[in-house]
Formats: sequence, C-alpha cells, structure tokens
Amino acid sequence: MTIQVLKPGLLSTFQDLGRTGFQHQGIPVSGVMDERSHRLACMLVGNSPFEATLEVTLIGPTLQFDCPAVIAVCGADLGATIAGNPLPLARPVAVSAGDVVSFGKRANGLRAYIAVAGGYVLQTVMGSTSTYVRGGFGGACGRQLQKGDSIAFRNIKRTPSLDRRSSTFPEEIQRTQDSPIRIVPGREWDGFEPDARRAMAEQVFRISPSSDRMGYRLEGEALHLIQPLELQSEAVSFGTVQVPPDGQPIVLMADRQTTGGYPRIANVAAVDLPRLAQGMAGERIQFEWITLEEAQRLIVEQSQIFEMMGTGHGID
Amino acid sequence: MNNKILTTKDITWKIVPSGDSCLVIEIQSALVGASSHWAAGAAAALRHASLPGITDVVSTIVTVGVHYRPEVLRRLGSQGETSYQAATRIVATVLNTFEYNNLAPPRVVQIPVSYGGDHGPDLETVASECGLSAQALIDLHTGADVSVQMLGFAPGHPYIGTFDERLAPPRRAQPRTSVPIGSVGLANRQSVIYPFNLPGGWNLIGRTPLKLFDPDRNPACLLQAGDRIRFVSITADEFETSGDGR
Repeated sequence: MTIQVLKPGLLSTFQDLGRTGFQHQGIPVSGVMDERSHRLACMLVGNSPFEATLEVTLIGPTLQFDCPAVIAVCGADLGATIAGNPLPLARPVAVSAGDVVSFGKRANGLRAYIAVAGGYVLQTVMGSTSTYVRGGFGGACGRQLQKGDSIAFRNIKRTPSLDRRSSTFPEEIQRTQDSPIRIVPGREWDGFEPDARRAMAEQVFRISPSSDRMGYRLEGEALHLIQPLELQSEAVSFGTVQVPPDGQPIVLMADRQTTGGYPRIANVAAVDLPRLAQGMAGERIQFEWITLEEAQRLIVEQSQIFEMMGTGHGID
Repeated sequence: MNNKILTTKDITWKIVPSGDSCLVIEIQSALVGASSHWAAGAAAALRHASLPGITDVVSTIVTVGVHYRPEVLRRLGSQGETSYQAATRIVATVLNTFEYNNLAPPRVVQIPVSYGGDHGPDLETVASECGLSAQALIDLHTGADVSVQMLGFAPGHPYIGTFDERLAPPRRAQPRTSVPIGSVGLANRQSVIYPFNLPGGWNLIGRTPLKLFDPDRNPACLLQAGDRIRFVSITADEFETSGDGR
C-alpha cells in the first residue's frame, strides 16, 4: 500500500492539526495552513481530522498508487487529474492500482490537501506528524516530498461511501476568496496612529513574494505607531499581525515562531485564516475589523457545521 | 533573581485577549527577576491542570500566553459566556489557587562553554565594548546567578539572564546569516544559546558542546523556563572531547 512520488511538486509536505503542547519549549505548532480544506478532505475519506493530509502548493506532485485507494482533494484548484481525467475536487474519488494522480494548471487558490482513506504512515514527533522543514522533523523524513519517495498508507478500516456529501459552508463562514479578511484588534492596537488603524481596513495590501508558511509579508502604505514601543517578546499566534519598524505588516502563519516582540496591530480571525492561506504572492487583499465576540461566534459555528457533517458519516 | 522569599503580594496580574484563540496574562512586579520566575511557575501550574481546550501555555519574561480552542471553551462556558470569558474564568481559577511560595526550587543546570577563539569570535570586541578584559567578561559570565527566563524563537532556544549590568553590549549591527549550533550569544545583560545553525544578531562569546534540542531525546529540550543556569568555562580541547553523550 504505497504511493510512488514521480514528481514532488513545488512544496509538498505532510501536515496535520499541528504540534500543540510544546510551544513553551520554543517548538512551533506547524500544521496545515488551510484547516477548513484539510478537515474536509479528511472527512470525505472517512479519516479523523487528526490524520495528516498532503499539503501541496501551487505546482502539485505526480503520484502513482500501487493498489486501490480512496482519496479526496480539497482546497485550491491546481488542475488535478487521475489517470488523465479531471479529478473532481471536494469529493471522495476511487483510485485503481497503477493510477497516476497529477496536477496541471492552477485555476484558483494556492494550496490543495490530499487525504487518503486509512491515512499515511508517517514519523510522529511530539504527538504530531506535521512536517517542520526548518527543524527537519515530522512527516516524511522532516522534509518536503522528493522524487523517488515511497509513501506507505494504512488499510482502509471502513470503506467510505462514495456518495456526494455535504461539503459546503454558509457564506458567512466561507466567504468568496476576494472578500475582505476579517481581523480583530491586536495587543498594541491602541499604540498605532488612528490613520494606521483606519488604513488597516481601508487600504489594499499586496502579498509579498517573500511570504511563506512562516509568515505572509504584506506591502502597502506604512503603518505607524503614535510613539515607539519597547516590548518584551511574548506568545504569538497563527494570524498575529506584527508591524516591524518599516511599517509593513507580517501575518504569522502555521510555521511561525512561538514568541515575537514587534507591535501587533491585529489578529486575523481564525475563520478567515484558510482564505488568507490560499492567497498567492502578488495578489491583493483587504481587511475588515470585526469584534472578538463575532470572531469567536464564527469559529464556533464552523466547528458545529463540521460536527453535523461528520454525523452519520463515520466521523466520531 | 535574588534568594529573597517572594510573596504573592509582590505580583499582580490581569488577563487580556490576544486574538480569538489566545489570551495573555500580564504580570506586574516591582522586583527584578520576579515576573519571569512567577510566569514560569504559573505556566507550569496551568499546564499541570490539563484544562480542556487549552493547547499551549507559553511563559515569557513579563507575560504568560494561553492558547485555546474557542469551540471547546464555548462548550464549557455557562449560558451567554463567550469563549474568551470562559477561558478567562477557568485560567483565573487556577491562578487564584496557585501557591507561588510553594514552587519547587529550580533545577540547576551547568553549561560548559569554550569561550573566545573560533568558538566565540566576538569575545574580544564585546569585552572592550563593555570596558572589560576578555577574562573579566568570562568571569562575570560564569560567576553570575542567572535563570532561563523563557524559551522561544526556535526549538529549545533559551533566553538567559539577567547578568551583571556591565554585560550590556548592544546586538550586532549586522546579523550573521548562519550562527553555528551551540553558540552562546550575549547582548543587553542576556544570553542565548543557538540550538541549530540559525541566522542571528547576538554577539558570539563562546560555544557549548551540549545539545540544546534533539527531537529523538525525551525531553527534547535540555532547558526549561525557570531553570537556574551556571556557565562553566572549558578549553577548546575539552569542547572537542566533552560532546553531549545523551
């Protein structure tokens, strides 16, 4: 039960919900960039959301299966095909022995998630199979996929039904990719000039090419503090928006460091991190302020929808 | 930190939000060194309490960050409580019963360091910046009573302090793109030890043969916040032969 990697793609790593519980030792959480697509892919093949998916970026890999399998591809449309035919997204798909899954031209988004029923066999480090490339551990040998890799996967315990399942979210949860990314005020919000706080939600930012799984660097009109702040480093989160002295914000992402010392104007609402994670270098994005209460209501609601989707579909 | 007995009246704290999935305990204390010591103890108590929905508790020098899953906290909350309110209430309950004076004495960890030469290329420059001879700087660095204030930046990467006020050189104007594993940095009365080859802007005064982080070891990190540190000077030859056997 293995998958041969014929081509690795641009950046393909195994990720799960992250390595939590070790941030006090300086160990990054890592994990999937787009949790919504990851969970959906896991659900569609009957896996627990704690199983890893293969997170593939922009240019997907070419994979050959040596035995029948059930897979699901969610997230970005990177032109997936199976045995030369278009592979439908966000649906369970049967794979026959010898079939090749490959990717072509990107239509939208940046990251796709490939789940296989039964789950991949990977290196678990501190309770997680997420690959942390900078530290060289987790996933498959602590690195991104390479040509010639052979990835084992487990037997399917329960054959997932191939019915079309509900896999959509209300517009309030999963807004269109180009609508503003919702943010809540950050720890140093009131240390920023009123113009900066306004600009945060009014101006258009460009995603810099130096963005990666650790952080998204944004380019726009500089955001200024009322007066310089000398801060001690403290815990930072997925979605923390730090503003270094040059005034260009950095949104911390899945592979972020555990602590940071720059002033924080905002935090991206958890419900919108998946959309930000699908944003590509060069694309333009806008933000929109919401309250903490609203942000928490939305993420709680999304979790309830996942629970409902799971009911009766072998997810427990 | 001095050996003075601290009482909880030396510490005040409040809880504030940090995004929708994290809260921060802000600590105020007039005593130097007390806040990071209290933070490390409070964080350990919160982790020990294994609170549902709380995924990480990260102590730093003047705060403790508590990461939580809003959907779990909402379920635990009473009617009308937001996830943040429920998290705040639960965290405050632990902090209110936390006996700071009953903290176990910190572990004392010796860190052998080969100072100067290839292992500490900035030693001479930094010593003269501090108005000291290289040996006097080493004496102050090895003679100090210091603590691990926090781990952060990279796996197992400690911030250690607070050193004598003479050991306060600024960071390098030009950070290095790669600092060798085990290098000991000094700046602003603090030291760090690089757990991997990493970019870094600290002044390099020496290098330890100990492995700060090893994912195959349990625990993976040599140090934890709150540990007491004693640096010990070794020769470059001893560095070569005294590798971390674990």
